[in-house]
Amino acid sequence: MSTATVTAVPATTDRRARQRSDRTGMYLLLLPSLLPIALLSVFPLLRGIYLGFTDARAGRNVEVSFTGLANYRELLGDDLFWNSFKVGLLWAFSVTILQFLLALGLALLLNERLRFRGVARVLSVVPWAMPPVVVGILWKLVYHPDAGLLNEVLYRIGADGMRHTWLGDFSTALPAVIIVGVWAGLPQTTVVLLAGLQGVPRELHEAAAVDGAGSWQRFRSVTLPALTPVVIAITSLDFIWNFNSFGLVYVLTAGGPGGKTMLPMLFAYEEAFRYGNYGYAAALGNVMVILIVALLALYLRRRLREANT
Amino acid sequence: MIGRPTRTGQALRYAALAAYVIFLGFPLVWLLSTAFKPPRELVALHPTLVPVHPTVQNFVQAFTEQDLGRAALNSLQVSLASAVLTVLVALPASYALARFRTRLGTVALGWVLLSQLFPFVLLIIPIFLVLREIGLANTHAGLVLIYVVWALPFALWMLQGFVRNIPRELEEAASVDGATRLQILRRVVLPLLAPGVVATAVFAFISAWNEFFFALVLIKTPDLATLPVALARFVGIEGTARLGPLAAGSLLATLPSLIFFAVMQRRLSSGSLAGAVKG
Repeated sequence: MSTATVTAVPATTDRRARQRSDRTGMYLLLLPSLLPIALLSVFPLLRGIYLGFTDARAGRNVEVSFTGLANYRELLGDDLFWNSFKVGLLWAFSVTILQFLLALGLALLLNERLRFRGVARVLSVVPWAMPPVVVGILWKLVYHPDAGLLNEVLYRIGADGMRHTWLGDFSTALPAVIIVGVWAGLPQTTVVLLAGLQGVPRELHEAAAVDGAGSWQRFRSVTLPALTPVVIAITSLDFIWNFNSFGLVYVLTAGGPGGKTMLPMLFAYEEAFRYGNYGYAAALGNVMVILIVALLALYLRRRLREANT
Repeated sequence: MIGRPTRTGQALRYAALAAYVIFLGFPLVWLLSTAFKPPRELVALHPTLVPVHPTVQNFVQAFTEQDLGRAALNSLQVSLASAVLTVLVALPASYALARFRTRLGTVALGWVLLSQLFPFVLLIIPIFLVLREIGLANTHAGLVLIYVVWALPFALWMLQGFVRNIPRELEEAASVDGATRLQILRRVVLPLLAPGVVATAVFAFISAWNEFFFALVLIKTPDLATLPVALARFVGIEGTARLGPLAAGSLLATLPSLIFFAVMQRRLSSGSLAGAVKG
């Protein structure tokens, strides 16, 4: 708010002296927040990045030596690494794109005056409120081969042949997990897009309608351009979150069957805490960051250029 | 009035809305139904959508046999401590960030965004090592410390937005009346900040309550496990008959955040929380 500009009290020298003493006070006020952030967030992160260039291993008093790019050379020859990155990218792209398309549709519907809109609104927030572990358990119940909802529905509609051990089957595990990812992230994306839609000026729509534009044309030439900044922001964030996601798939499949759903974070977790290869796991983390930054840079540059033309 | 939709258009819209409701709602109904089913119905050849003989037996079993009660208590302790500490630490800093122009504010906000980029695995190993060095690995205190630090950037961002909404004139008027800085903060700013404090506390509570990864790595003693970790372990020993207590426990684990979202729902969808977040 612009309260600062409204202040009527003139800036006297007395006030200036007071502001100077306030500055020291300010640092005192900030210290309890900034110190823990520095010690337990910034510093560990830097140390984590450094660990990626060492041969650090679990265990007390293990000597750690700098090994340069050795970890990365090893990663290049590690089939499990390539598999996890393939799975990770497939997962992150599918979930982000599906999530966005479905959320856009839902947001458009919720933005209109439809009956039962309230029910959909409430429902669209519930998955957001669930801990990721619970979302995983919930869908384990849905996919359960014997007591699951999905197989029972298939049986009831006479498609008994389609019954599956959804999470245990090599061909269906990843798609099944992707659907869960979409379900879990749909609410947040929808709410953000809905807020964006409500920011589109109504007059623009009315003017376009007067000019004879149909609803599809109005969507393409009025709604979509106005929504672009929101779309760029939420798809970027969704992609980062999805690529780095852990808990959901850990509960659902723990990376199985046969590594078909082994996301990079799951792989890194196993390397670090099952096999104790701290340096190697950190190197993996570094590669993840580089990949995400590179993809984001590509995406943002393209979208921003499109937006400018 | 723009573009009165055609009849088919309208029908399509309702069909789409119905599809969404089914996709979002059916799995939830299934969780609810599983939680109230007696074991016999769980292992039935063809399970029903609604329990035929609903029972609360699963909830009792979740608490007694699976010790989810203790895990819930652990979660409650850790989350409450995180919420209180986050508010105490964030309160002074957010006031400073809102009232003084400083580059630190921009840096803090930048860190919120930047920290999203880094996978937890880069953080967890050094944090694990640091906590072990100071003797806090495998303790609730260590976990609380991590949760506070992790909630802080967003909490600062949110709270300083609330501070900015308090007119400076109020403070100046009090100062003209001869109140000291401390008095101004206690008598003028703090009462007006109550909604922001509640929002921050709830945010910190929920993120700690839902958190899984740090708890999984840092807590090794089963008795100290938080609810998400206990539930995840429980998944490992499932038999079909065990699904009932598992669902019941999951339902309980969702309650706190569900209540919070129910209260916030109107604000969330109307976007009036935006001010709190954007600052």
